[in-house]
Amino acid sequence: MINHLIKRSYGPLVVLTVLLSQSQAATGWGNFLLYGLGGIAVLLFFFFLTSVADNLLVIESKAVGADKTGANLGLFPRFRELFGRRKPDYLLEKHLYDLKKGYDLPLEGEAADEIEEAAKVTRYAIQPTNFIGLQPIPKMLVAVGDSVKAGDPIFFDKKMDRIKFVAPVSGEIIEIKRGAKRSIVEVVILADKEQVSRKYSLPDLDGDRQELVDFLLESGAWPVLRQRPYNVIADPDVAPRDIFVSTFDSGPLAADFSLLVKGREEAFQKGLDVLNSLTDGLVYLGLDGRDEEAPADAYAEAEGVEKRYFRGKHPVGNVGVQIHHIHPVNGVDKVWTVGVNGVLLLGELFLKGHYNSSRVIALSGTPLDEPKHVRTYLGANVGELLDGRVEGGLAGNRIISGNVLSGNQRSADGFIDFFDSQLTVLLEGDKPELFGWLLPLKARPSISPTIPNLAGKMEATTNTHGEKRAFVVTNDYESVMPMDIYTQQLMKAIMVNDFEGMEGLGIYELVEEDVALAEFACVSKQPLQQILRQGLDVMREQS
Amino acid sequence: MKLHDFFKRIEPDKSNKFLHTTYDAFYTFLFQPGEVTHGGVHVRDGMDLKRLMVQVVLALQLCYLFGTWNIGHQHFVAQGLHEGLLEGLHLKIAYGLIKIIPIFVVTHVVGLGIEFIYAANKGHAVEEGFLVSGALIPLIMPPDIPLVWLAAAVAFAVVLGKEAFGGTGMNIWNVALLARVFIFFAYPTSIIGDEVWVAGMENIGSGVFQSQEYGFVYGIFDSIFGAAGWSTFGEGTVMAADGWTGATPLRLAATGGWENVTANYSVSQMWWGVIPGSIGETSKPLIIIGMIFLMVTKIADWRIIVGGLLGFVACGLFINGLAPPANEITENTPAIFQFMAIPWYYQMIMGSFLFAITYMATDPVSATSTARGKWIYGFLIAFIGLIIRVLNPAYPEGWMLSILLLNTFAPLIDHYVYAGNMKRRLKRTTQMAKVREELITSKQQTGSEILSPQNA
Repeated sequence: MINHLIKRSYGPLVVLTVLLSQSQAATGWGNFLLYGLGGIAVLLFFFFLTSVADNLLVIESKAVGADKTGANLGLFPRFRELFGRRKPDYLLEKHLYDLKKGYDLPLEGEAADEIEEAAKVTRYAIQPTNFIGLQPIPKMLVAVGDSVKAGDPIFFDKKMDRIKFVAPVSGEIIEIKRGAKRSIVEVVILADKEQVSRKYSLPDLDGDRQELVDFLLESGAWPVLRQRPYNVIADPDVAPRDIFVSTFDSGPLAADFSLLVKGREEAFQKGLDVLNSLTDGLVYLGLDGRDEEAPADAYAEAEGVEKRYFRGKHPVGNVGVQIHHIHPVNGVDKVWTVGVNGVLLLGELFLKGHYNSSRVIALSGTPLDEPKHVRTYLGANVGELLDGRVEGGLAGNRIISGNVLSGNQRSADGFIDFFDSQLTVLLEGDKPELFGWLLPLKARPSISPTIPNLAGKMEATTNTHGEKRAFVVTNDYESVMPMDIYTQQLMKAIMVNDFEGMEGLGIYELVEEDVALAEFACVSKQPLQQILRQGLDVMREQS
Repeated sequence: MKLHDFFKRIEPDKSNKFLHTTYDAFYTFLFQPGEVTHGGVHVRDGMDLKRLMVQVVLALQLCYLFGTWNIGHQHFVAQGLHEGLLEGLHLKIAYGLIKIIPIFVVTHVVGLGIEFIYAANKGHAVEEGFLVSGALIPLIMPPDIPLVWLAAAVAFAVVLGKEAFGGTGMNIWNVALLARVFIFFAYPTSIIGDEVWVAGMENIGSGVFQSQEYGFVYGIFDSIFGAAGWSTFGEGTVMAADGWTGATPLRLAATGGWENVTANYSVSQMWWGVIPGSIGETSKPLIIIGMIFLMVTKIADWRIIVGGLLGFVACGLFINGLAPPANEITENTPAIFQFMAIPWYYQMIMGSFLFAITYMATDPVSATSTARGKWIYGFLIAFIGLIIRVLNPAYPEGWMLSILLLNTFAPLIDHYVYAGNMKRRLKRTTQMAKVREELITSKQQTGSEILSPQNA
């Protein structure tokens, strides 16, 4: 009989009956059990009722398409809303990605919120090595002694002869510097006092896309577009699926991006319009949701673009991380990424018809007397920028174009890279420490709880803090990477040339700056960025 | 720094590879080199492999202290002497040191020696992996292990278990457990049986035991202790106390269930670790302190440990469920059923489960690499290990075998986690493509931004 009842899924009923009959047998707490069960039944009833209502609301919101905003339209609060961080007002009703993983290096020497004109800089350079995908020796269009206007073509790659690389400033070509195997590394221009730009006749933004592309190629604005996967210079023959712009930098000692667009809001919007004309897909803007206050109006009030807010620790501001969360890249689609400086350059070009590579750069790091932002042009000379700003000179310091994780080392003779908005000066850590591994007396950034950060913000050095070893610790890269990617396994796949593994584990989604934090955290001191680039090169050759 | 200058001055020539490797190992032990980053990141995390490994060694120190004392304590209790915990403390510690120091030294001389030779031949720096293996191996050996066998086991583990695969970070199996499993199969008499777990008790035939004859080293200690007016070792060859067998709680449990265990040891003795066993694995509170230390510092992955505890409870309940109900167990019930009927929380304090899951299972190289894999790995180690312990008729403990088994399967577990990740990512991309289509359609229709709750 009981079996039969259970078979007909009256199981719970039977259990209830049995419990009730037992409760009557056991006098004293029998009533308590009975009332308790009754109470639970009533609660369950109301729960089901509200659940139905909640579901109906969600279905309705789906029907009208309102669920795409990411706002919670159900009746019940989400777990994160109850226990997560409170959202500042400007983030309410916004599409927010709240990333949990990552690490902000607690470094001293952040650039102050003021912009100074960099008057001392006279030399600027365009560096072919800044662009991935070019051949080592490009075809030069100028010679030493020629005078150029800003926007005049300087060189092009022999295999991609439509893409012109142009002078960032007007002036005289004073040096064409060659590196290993006669490759060209720098074309140096001594800038005029009065900057002159080449004149352009602008195409119609709403017209033919091909016409626009041809104009951008010829005008020299094209190199601001980079293509994922591989982070190479964009292919003019490919229409991108979407275009992504990150409007903040979460890296250590990064520039304040609200200063980058200060006074140039119109140009930024125009630049976004240009990007919109370049793709049939969407232009996504990654916005800074980390602060209590909304990001600059130029970003927050931008039109014609999909805005996505991001909150979390570094590398949340990396456009690669944002793409991963918005709409990942696979091997088939191509997307483009543009920096804020690139958007501004495009905007100025279409707004005023001139090539203006003016940009704001953060000078940061503890060796600097007053870390601050300066306004200069693309490819400014490092030594001239830092002249008189470092007490005791540059000896014993390392100059980095970019941030301390993914930037490139530069000598005082060097120049800032094409895509960077930051120059970091860092103390060299070439002094041995007695039992430094056992007793880390001097503060150093670390994700390990065994090196607690008592200093708050600290001065870091370039010391490796240990020697290179084989991969030992597992799951540490994954604990700082806010992406659904098994980084260590991917690195191993790259090292053994496992194509299927690389593709499946997401190599297309990564570029060097995305794994830089994992490389920082690596206990075995492995060169992850270098390994990743090898893998990307192999994959690019294959495709 | 004067000291640093001195060390730089005595740096040997690179032509003698072995000498230079050895120098380098000691130099980098003493100093964190002033090496700077080249290419890639410019700032590196303060954590390196040396620091990581030394944290595990630190966590083991309590086990070493307690193990040293417990060797002596068990030795004297077996003879019916100094039965109080602090009674004859100096004798117990002296005895423990005499036993443990040779084991420690032999382990390190053999293990590190092989590491140094391999490092010199391959031309790389000496890796730190053996710091932990070398600290673990003495703790999982019986106190009376013959040193020659120990040396053979360590050599086997380091050469075939590690260097053959390419050194630290490349091994498939846990090196310390390989050393133990080598002894387990090659010299079973030294690690199986009742009398091996208490030091210095010799079988003089027909199950009669007497303590060892104290030799020269003990004489030195005796002269010191005698001068201080303390009790001394004496001559030795004392007959074992009445009813003493030296059996571990697990052996007792396997032969007669919980009744049999409690007849010899109290629960608090088992919890605090005042029982015979491998040198370092008996004291549960000290292991738990180490466990918490390693989990809080994130040296060991907490997922493996928590997964293991869950697996242990699950398997314990499962085995309890298979056993006959408590009121039906009599003296005539087969021993295996009596063993199965022991509740899981008593199972946990009897053997070396906590030690194994804290220090052996969490070895990052031989464990699974993925977060999800670690849960599965820890759970299965505990589940299978308890099955081996209880249902295996020959030997009432299973962690060594179950961890080595799961070491073998760790890459397979990871493989499926990675495959799942690939599938999930592919699915997500497809899903996002659909969202994109909808966004574009709504953008074209409205000409403005996507729908928000306000304009919906």
